[in-house]
Amino acid sequence: MTALLLRDIRLAVRAGGGFGLGLAFFLIVVVLVPFGVGPQSELLARIAAGILWIGALLACLVSLDRIFALDWEDGSLDLLATAPLPMEAVAAVKGLAHWITTGLPLVLAAPVLGVLLSLPVQGYGPLVLSLLLGTPALSMIGAFGAALTVGLRRGGLLLSLLVLPLYVPTLIFGAEMARRGVDGQDYTTPMLMLAGITCGTIALLPFASAAVLRVNLR
Amino acid sequence: MRLTVRDLCVARGGVRVLDGLSFAVAAGEALVLRGPNGAGKTTLLRTLAGLQPPVSGGVEYPADSVVYAGHADGIKPALSVAENLSFWAQVFGRKEVSPALAAYELEPLADRPAGFLSAGQKRRLGLARLLVTGRAIWILDEPTVSLDARAVAMFAAVVRAHLAEGGIAVLATHIDLGLDEATVLDVAPFRAVRQELDDFDEAFL
Repeated sequence: MTALLLRDIRLAVRAGGGFGLGLAFFLIVVVLVPFGVGPQSELLARIAAGILWIGALLACLVSLDRIFALDWEDGSLDLLATAPLPMEAVAAVKGLAHWITTGLPLVLAAPVLGVLLSLPVQGYGPLVLSLLLGTPALSMIGAFGAALTVGLRRGGLLLSLLVLPLYVPTLIFGAEMARRGVDGQDYTTPMLMLAGITCGTIALLPFASAAVLRVNLR
Repeated sequence: MRLTVRDLCVARGGVRVLDGLSFAVAAGEALVLRGPNGAGKTTLLRTLAGLQPPVSGGVEYPADSVVYAGHADGIKPALSVAENLSFWAQVFGRKEVSPALAAYELEPLADRPAGFLSAGQKRRLGLARLLVTGRAIWILDEPTVSLDARAVAMFAAVVRAHLAEGGIAVLATHIDLGLDEATVLDVAPFRAVRQELDDFDEAFL
């Protein structure tokens, strides 16, 4: 399992691996919003938390189809299926590798980009915490979507349509937690809900992903 | 170590392609599958490897003893030859990759990114993967595609050494490997007869 994780991270970081893809997309969305909204710092401060969350979510989405598609195309997925690793572990490790190469950089970049959106000082802690808690769920749900569409040519559109509704609860509670943090309110309830969603997806979705992968490999 | 197939029926895309197959391969034996394109050799091999369930009948072998090599080699172009091999070695819980590199004369290429290899060199790397897994039953689908005569001889020597150690090989191939001891099975006579449409789903197949 460690070998698979290290290989996936190494592949992502090397040339053509798409490591910077999500991060660059996040940067573009967040940098463009102030231009679109105009130079009103009070308005930007009010929507900053939501924009950062939507940016992170979309940045996660653009790199999802790579999770299983590349391994499917070059035959590695067939070989992994006959290897001693259980398929559930493969799905979980692939989700984890996606989070490390996409979700974690987004969490680290969010405070820097918060400055661009004049995010109030008290909002930084809750924002980073909400992204840290929420992005693993985005990666695990995304891995499930990628497993569902793995055999399809150009399955990216279908993948987005399948995954976006599943992302909504994470987005609602994550953005709510960040917004309450910005307003200086108590954010315990959305934080617990967000943590619950993430724990649930990590516990259940590898099994679902493994089941659909087995069907797709037939 | 023994691979036993009893009254096996396999299907591709819901359509039965082979029916009533029974054979057994003992340790140290090789089975060569022959048959025209589309006869169901790949489907049979994927079923043997456990990638898809049989429609009926059974495949028996000791657990965790099979390794499969299909049309695609599962090579990552961004990783070097040695990194590709050592990844598969680690997945199968082993470390040694140099005998596998040596068997297919890949040492001079060990540090080269696999994306720069020729088709035949990639295939040799894909076949070298079998050696690092340490599994006893090799299921090989067209292993000699894009290999030159010398590489085919290399492959035949590796298979012979594997059989001598008590391994099993089941391979689909159209060329003569010079494996005189191998049993040849022509799958064409086992072609499944068109089944009656007795099911709602089957009306759409």
